[in-house]
Amino acid sequence: MSGTKIIEVKDLKKYFTIKREGADDTKSILKAVDGVSLDVYEGEILGVVGESGCGKSTLGKTIMRLHDKTSGEVLYRGKDLFAKDPNAMKEMTLNMQMIFQDPYSSLNPRKKVSQIIGQPLDIHKIGTSEERLERVAELMDEVGLNPKFRTRYPHQFSGGQRQRIGIARALALNPEFIVCDEAVSALDVSVQAQILNLLLDLQKKYGFTYLFIAHDLSVVEFIATRILVMYLGRIVEIADKKELVGNHVHPYTQALFNAFPATDPRARETKKRIVMGDVPSPINPPTGCHFHPRCPYAVEKCRREYPPLKEVSPGHFAACWVVQNDTK
Amino acid sequence: MEEKKDLLLSIENLNFSFDTQRGVVNAVRDLSLTIRKGETLSLVGESGCGKSVTAHSINQLNPMPPGRVDSGSIIFRGQDLLKLKKGEIEKLRGTQISMIFQEPMTALNPVFTVGSQIADVFMTHQGMSKAEAIERTIDLFKLVKIPAPERRVHSYPHQLSGGMRQRAMIAMALASPEPGLMIADEPTTALDVTIQAQILDLLNDLKKEIGMSILLITHDMGVVAEMADRVVVMYAGRKVEESDVFSIFEDPRHPYTLGLLNSLPSNPKYKGAERLEAIAGTVPDMRSIGAGCPFENRCTYATEICGKEFPGETVLDESHSVWCHNYQNVQEG
Ligand SMILES: Nc1ncnc2c1ncn2[C@@H]1O[C@H](COP(=O)(O)OP(=O)(O)O)[C@@H](O)[C@H]1O
Ligand SMILES: Nc1ncnc2c1ncn2[C@@H]1O[C@H](COP(=O)(O)OP(=O)(O)O)[C@@H](O)[C@H]1O
Ligand code: SF4
Ligand code: SF4
Ligand SMILES: [Mg+2]
Ligand SMILES: [Mg+2]
Repeated sequence: MSGTKIIEVKDLKKYFTIKREGADDTKSILKAVDGVSLDVYEGEILGVVGESGCGKSTLGKTIMRLHDKTSGEVLYRGKDLFAKDPNAMKEMTLNMQMIFQDPYSSLNPRKKVSQIIGQPLDIHKIGTSEERLERVAELMDEVGLNPKFRTRYPHQFSGGQRQRIGIARALALNPEFIVCDEAVSALDVSVQAQILNLLLDLQKKYGFTYLFIAHDLSVVEFIATRILVMYLGRIVEIADKKELVGNHVHPYTQALFNAFPATDPRARETKKRIVMGDVPSPINPPTGCHFHPRCPYAVEKCRREYPPLKEVSPGHFAACWVVQNDTK
Repeated sequence: MEEKKDLLLSIENLNFSFDTQRGVVNAVRDLSLTIRKGETLSLVGESGCGKSVTAHSINQLNPMPPGRVDSGSIIFRGQDLLKLKKGEIEKLRGTQISMIFQEPMTALNPVFTVGSQIADVFMTHQGMSKAEAIERTIDLFKLVKIPAPERRVHSYPHQLSGGMRQRAMIAMALASPEPGLMIADEPTTALDVTIQAQILDLLNDLKKEIGMSILLITHDMGVVAEMADRVVVMYAGRKVEESDVFSIFEDPRHPYTLGLLNSLPSNPKYKGAERLEAIAGTVPDMRSIGAGCPFENRCTYATEICGKEFPGETVLDESHSVWCHNYQNVQEG
């Protein structure tokens, strides 16, 4: 992968302190994101997949500074996002936006659509009120909403339309980097397809860069240009889409692809290898490679040491001792 | 077509409505379907199209009121379920018709152990002693591949993972002397994909071993492809296409079915593509659907008659029917 880096994430950790219910003052540490490093390049759609609880949203939110980090660094165009420099912060709020899964809970039910979409303009005092209204109409048009509905409230829209409202709001300040966190997951497939098309159209028109988080492999496989796979707070594999889809090497990635039902009833004749067991808790993850209790290839070393993420072919990284041929 | 298997259940011309403050919702309209012994019938369609209401009509789990059956019959093993008294249907629910839900927690009582709730089914319906019932429950836990079953029967629902709870629900569904029909309403929708694969695999194994029938409700065409023998596609309360699973995927003839398949990013036709062929628009308000085809406002094949009359059945072959005025024009590609 080459090009200009928009985002650099360096050994990022985000731990939560969990108080056990009932138990007296016992606290445990939940390692939601545990040493993630990645670069996001201008113009790419970097897909993030993994099962629930593996840290996808926490990664996205920490990059957006919706969470404080525990340690590590996040740079936006080379500048430290966690530095408390007000100018840098302003630049970043203007240029980075996030779209959430549940359009309903992220939209204020008591505000008219025009207020919701125009809110970022109000906050940053951009334009006169007339100009803002005009911009709102333009944004609504851009995302496929009829501007004449601007005085309606969120509940008067369908799920897909509400997601369009969330997208319009994210576009208001002309960002260049957008984190989409399960942005189409709550939608029926026919509406999901409309929103995926919209996100792609906007990307092409404005040259957006997306960090596209989704648990649905087929969605990520379609939209992303590069894909990373997470398991229990860490990246286990990352590669260009074509390489990752055609040539994934990490046992967990293989398990994920095998588990995903093909939309072809004739494919069920070929028996696939199903990985057993549940995803372990991130509070007390297994020692060594977190995947070892479920991994059919695990060797002794896997129980002892966590494998580093290493390049296995150009631009293709995997964190697995067996793949790296380093099992001694 | 495959040989005619014995009929287990047939729904005939079911009409089901809800009276709401903002008008009548015709949730299910003139719907007929059959389930044969040992088969999996999948009911698919987008949220709100009437899948759950149809399924809940079978074991009378729809709230009535506001719900009501306007007409129709549901024949199960020779008797009309809609004519049964409350006690009779409850007995049937414990013995011949079972149900698993998207969120097993809604069906499990949080204050009792999972094992005791299943043992209860044995005690109530088969008059077993407690010790005997627990023994049988452990056997069932083994059957549904719950690890450490002797320990897990004593767990409370919240102590189990989502996947384990779903296995426990399946065990409960099997705790009957003659498991006939299992209604599975989005059974894996809340689960992670590796856990979903385990549960689907389990259901397929059990179906073969026990020979039960499954009415599988899902919005996920991947799950349909994995599980179904036959498929009924619903749209806005209506059945619009019905066929064996292969024809649904390979020769869809209803514009909505075709649109649904084209909406899937996993459709092989999109390898390397940059756009999906989405269906425009949204589902109509269920309170204001007229006499015509409910898909008309989104359908690129619509002609004048579509807004006026709901189309009758066209039998394409023994296992494939479609309800569309213009099905001849519908072709994949
Ligand atoms: N605000 C929070 N407080 C405590 N734990 C959290 C919080 N947010 C997320 N977690 C935990 O962090 C882990 C990762 O969560 P999340 O990033 O939401 O995963 P994903 O988006 O991949 O499903 C989970 O175990 C989750 O319970
Ligand atoms: N208790 C209820 N009261 C009023 N309307 C209901 C009720 N339950 C379901 N409906 C309506 O019936 C229609 C079908 O619902 P349902 O069968 O749950 O859809 P799905 O296909 O998603 O399972 C929907 O329009 C829904 O709003
Ligand atoms: S490091 Fe070992 S346990 Fe982990 S994925 Fe590789 S083989 Fe499996
Ligand atoms: S009946 Fe008409 S509107 Fe309905 S699906 Fe067929 S062509 Fe479209
Ligand atoms: Mg998430
Ligand atoms: Mg439902």
